[in-house]
Amino acid sequence: MTTGTTEPEGPDDGWRRLDRRTLVASAVLAVGACAAAGVPTLAGMRSADRFSFGVAAVLVAVGVFVIVGLAVAAEWVRLARTRFRVGPERVEVHSGILVRTRKGLARERVRTVEVTADPVLRLLGLASVRIGTGQKTSVTDQPLELRALRRPDAEALRRVLLDREGTIRPPHPGEGSPDEAGEGGSSPRGEETLAVLDPSWIRFAPISVLTPTLGLAAFGVLLQGADWIGLQQTVIDDAADVAIALGLVITLVLGLVVVVVVGTVASLAVFVESWWGYRLTREPGIAATGSLHVRRGLLTRRSTTLEENRLRGVAVVEPPGVALVGAARVDAVATGLSAAGEQRSDPRGLLPVAPRAVANRVVAEVLREPTAPTEAVELRAHPVAARGRRIRWASAICLVPAVVLGVVAVLAGSIAFAVLATVAAVVGLAAGIGLGRLAYRNLGHGLVGNHLVTRHGAPGRRTVALRRDGVLTWTLTQSPFQRRAGLVTLWFTTAAGDGRYGVYDVGVDEAVAFATETLGDRFTPFLSAARMAA
Amino acid sequence: MTVPLRPPRESLDPRVRSWWRVHCLLWPVLLAVVLGVLGLLIRPIAWFLPLAAAVVVVGIVVALAFPAYWYRVHRWEVTDDAVYTRSGFLWQEWRAAPLSRIQTVDTTRGPLQQAFGLAALVVTTASAKGAVTVAGLDHERAAEIAERLTRATQAVPGDAT
Repeated sequence: MTTGTTEPEGPDDGWRRLDRRTLVASAVLAVGACAAAGVPTLAGMRSADRFSFGVAAVLVAVGVFVIVGLAVAAEWVRLARTRFRVGPERVEVHSGILVRTRKGLARERVRTVEVTADPVLRLLGLASVRIGTGQKTSVTDQPLELRALRRPDAEALRRVLLDREGTIRPPHPGEGSPDEAGEGGSSPRGEETLAVLDPSWIRFAPISVLTPTLGLAAFGVLLQGADWIGLQQTVIDDAADVAIALGLVITLVLGLVVVVVVGTVASLAVFVESWWGYRLTREPGIAATGSLHVRRGLLTRRSTTLEENRLRGVAVVEPPGVALVGAARVDAVATGLSAAGEQRSDPRGLLPVAPRAVANRVVAEVLREPTAPTEAVELRAHPVAARGRRIRWASAICLVPAVVLGVVAVLAGSIAFAVLATVAAVVGLAAGIGLGRLAYRNLGHGLVGNHLVTRHGAPGRRTVALRRDGVLTWTLTQSPFQRRAGLVTLWFTTAAGDGRYGVYDVGVDEAVAFATETLGDRFTPFLSAARMAA
Repeated sequence: MTVPLRPPRESLDPRVRSWWRVHCLLWPVLLAVVLGVLGLLIRPIAWFLPLAAAVVVVGIVVALAFPAYWYRVHRWEVTDDAVYTRSGFLWQEWRAAPLSRIQTVDTTRGPLQQAFGLAALVVTTASAKGAVTVAGLDHERAAEIAERLTRATQAVPGDAT
């Protein structure tokens, strides 16, 4: 089966083709899609009683056969017409069934190479390669995608593309290094492991908004599934019967328990799928400064490489609840990783939610600092005026339910709703004040070595450490309310991550002092004469 | 408390005030026409007519009162190392982009700006949120500054990230 991996068109022009086994993968996917659509169709035809089961089965089988055949044929043409070449200067991909497209990238502009393998590709020993420049400034810079290559070839391609010194020859089929993208077992020479998955981290997985979301989604899936087999009304009636038999309170409690249990199981499953076999390593020598390499995933293996000279800092993220149990996640702040939504998986993640000590160690290792700037920094608090602003915002949001209930009470003249509205108002106000105070406590900024650190947020919080020389421009903004309170917001823009990071609601004098400390003569020329003299 | 940053040296082209005035009038008038037509045609919402009049009055007041203030607070400057701007009357903003971090320098001209002989200078950096815009320069001046900045930034090595 490996004979068709590559068929160079000439002796030495270096053109290669995708692996033929991709055909099998697309056939399997087409069968899977047909099964997902065909079973409900079959059930629907059957329940409509218009056809006998035999006729329905034949109709569906013919449909499946045609669709799978078409999919495989289209894939065969695509494979036949796609070829790629890694030259000394450029990577080129020629593809297209009707319209021939010729894409090319200068090799020196390649910034990310992502090797992924979904379960089907993994079983076949294949992997997809995505080559990106990390910039979205022009149409010609769209990432190149090769689906699919033999896994060792994909891995070898990744190494060649990120090899700046040109020490690695372009690979020839079957000559790649051992299968590390697949199983993460073997380490190539000189690779330094910064973190591996500790299975006990799974305990943090259920502390997430994912848990209630997935728990509620399960009900929707159940009803949809019942609808496909024509039993939706029966299920609703049965549920109503059970609810009436048990009474309102027990039903609600039972429903809540089901949501929590299902949501917990689902979030554990998501964690295992995403982070199984997680390993963060540093590969020295591939580029002048080395590169970070994240491998993870149970069914779909992901392998992301990030050149260290593109790293501008890290973000330590503590989602709501996670901060309470002393854990945190680490994301990279790197150029070319800003558009997470475009990718199938968030490529910024350097570490899943793990104990804070682990997070701090990973931050220190990744930034090559003796201690993590996010931990070592002495955060300076913000003026008390910032607290009032936060309490007002949080209370306003938390009082929305009370206002809605109050309006209903007035319109309906209902005493019960008036009582509910009062309770909601008291609870909302307490929650608002609590959240506002927390948000104020979480405000902070500081400078440690070569990194500036800023923290904000409630109920979760985010601490960003940004390299000082990674700052492009500064912006100071002041709203009329901030002016009255003597506050400003100081923004540092960077080519990485969110594009800019803010020090929110800091005192005017402190903002000026902090910007001066951080940016030096990139800020001081703009100070007023009076301030310069002082 | 005032922010102890010095105002940038240059003000915008004086014609920018007329441009702002037209802006302040154009949108309220368009809105008022829509409201007025609806109010005339549909009986039950005849109160749209006074609303349309009110929108126009607000537009006129804003057009008369505000551009003079805006003209005073919107300032810009190109120093030897940076582009520095200050903008906003209520929501104030100060920005500086070092020449070494500039990626592109463009000028853009909308139809209204063309009518007044104005242009906007847009200086972008590698950050998605880092563009510095000076809207309301004389269009020849803007083109000349853009060319000068482009030459200055090309002289700086590196990819400005």
